[in-house]
Amino acid sequence: MKLLALDTSSDACSAAVLTDEACFSAFEITPRAHTRLILPMIESVLKQATLQLSELDAIAFGCGPGAFTGVRIATGIAQGLALAAHKPLMPVSTLAALAQKAYQETKVTQVLVGLDARMGEMYWGQYSLQAGRMQLENAEQVLAPTSVPLPNRGQWLGVGSAWSVYADDLAEHLAAYLSTTPALADYLPEAKYIAELARFAGLATALAPELAQPVYLRNKVAQTTLERTGLSV
Amino acid sequence: MLGIETSCDETGVAIYDTERGLLAHRLFSQIALHAEYGGVVPELASRDHIQRVLPLIHETLAAANLSLSELDGIAYTAGPGLIGALLVGASIARALAWGLSIPAVGVHHMEGHLLAPMLEANPPSLPFVALLVSGGHTLLVDVPRIGQYEVLGESIDDAAGEAFDKTAKLLGLAYPGGPLLAKLATQGQAGVYHFKRPMVDRPGCDFSFSGLKTAALTAWQQSTQTEQDKANIAYAFEEAVVDTLFIKCRRALEQTKRPTLVVAGGVGANRKLRERLNDLKAQVFFPRLEFCTDNGAMIAYAGALRLQAGAAELPIIQARPRWPLVELEAI
Repeated sequence: MKLLALDTSSDACSAAVLTDEACFSAFEITPRAHTRLILPMIESVLKQATLQLSELDAIAFGCGPGAFTGVRIATGIAQGLALAAHKPLMPVSTLAALAQKAYQETKVTQVLVGLDARMGEMYWGQYSLQAGRMQLENAEQVLAPTSVPLPNRGQWLGVGSAWSVYADDLAEHLAAYLSTTPALADYLPEAKYIAELARFAGLATALAPELAQPVYLRNKVAQTTLERTGLSV
Repeated sequence: MLGIETSCDETGVAIYDTERGLLAHRLFSQIALHAEYGGVVPELASRDHIQRVLPLIHETLAAANLSLSELDGIAYTAGPGLIGALLVGASIARALAWGLSIPAVGVHHMEGHLLAPMLEANPPSLPFVALLVSGGHTLLVDVPRIGQYEVLGESIDDAAGEAFDKTAKLLGLAYPGGPLLAKLATQGQAGVYHFKRPMVDRPGCDFSFSGLKTAALTAWQQSTQTEQDKANIAYAFEEAVVDTLFIKCRRALEQTKRPTLVVAGGVGANRKLRERLNDLKAQVFFPRLEFCTDNGAMIAYAGALRLQAGAAELPIIQARPRWPLVELEAI
């Protein structure tokens, strides 16, 4: 399988090409420069892999949760490329990508992934190793650190920015369930792990470009006039 | 040329052919989505755009009986507008063009509006004066040639369309109130209320509309608040806005000695304004009603002109929420 993957959901911007033989990837921490960097980065990884867009089997992208605008940039780029090249899309969770990164880089097999969602909340997912890849237990959700559901067993490692922003709250709330290893709070989603997860998921899960949409988790973003004032318009 | 517009609350897609003219255009308006919020919620606008653009591209291509491989370029609104909304159209358009190995052109939204009357069978010829009048802008611009825009005057506070919407809200009309206010005005009686024409006693072509809104509210509060009072106030308000725009257009034409006025933007759909501006001693051009508001056709057209003039863009997604019209280069 030949996959292109991209992610712009956080302060990092990344792209990767994954083939049966190799992985070519680029990753830069460049807040606010994603719009300038992402296409040249994609061009560069394709060139390293000596592949054309037309030779790919599918395009994977970090579909969120994360910065709303960043997630939409990745979705828009992926949709545009997929439409141009008649390729299907594979949206991959950014939380899953962080879990997979933690597993591939440190061999940890149970992680609690949290990304700061501001307003006192986090995007949260509980991942563990199943059949060779990190998979979600329960559902991803947006919640306050003190509302995190307690795992049914111990020895979990924290991953993601929530573990620095809400370090104290999480340490207290989950004390009995954490491993002694310090949380990987500076981890950011990375395209090469998005590509890995897309390969695991298989082409059967790929979607038509217009059906591949962002996952925000936070779906209430404004109050209606009625909610604000108690008066209907 | 494929054109994609996502700068605010309408998703527009169109295909313009420099030889055959406009081939197809499609629009999705988010008015219903924002209605219960009483105004455009930028994040919701962006979330909707990303669901609409691709289906609209498919529909537009089908209507034009074209395939993507037959396109020569892709134009998208690069600004001004809501940053999140702009980025949706820009990301899709830029990646699509890159994937097809064809050029992309980031278009200035107001240049698109200003050139919209050129899509008509009987287009204006240059030079002309343009009145850009919408919910976000009120501008009088001298256009000696395409791309060279000299601002003669602009609103120092509310845009004309914004004044319509805000006044409608103060009078208790539903969202978006501007068109409803104009509709209500047709039931109003002339001469019951009179609002001062703002800034007409001062030299120059600048506008100010926020005082009119307050005047209308005060009149309403001091009235017996019947439906007829409301209609009378709406009538007088619309008359004051239209009259002010008329006076400033006349002044701009005299000042520049241009023979032609081009009107563009959402308020350009206002019937009273259209009637009144036809009294000017100049040839007056309007886009068709559906191209007064935001649309993809004007973006495809402006993009086609810019591409023909040699516009070339790096593989960078351009989105400029603030982008003065005068920064454009003449073509």
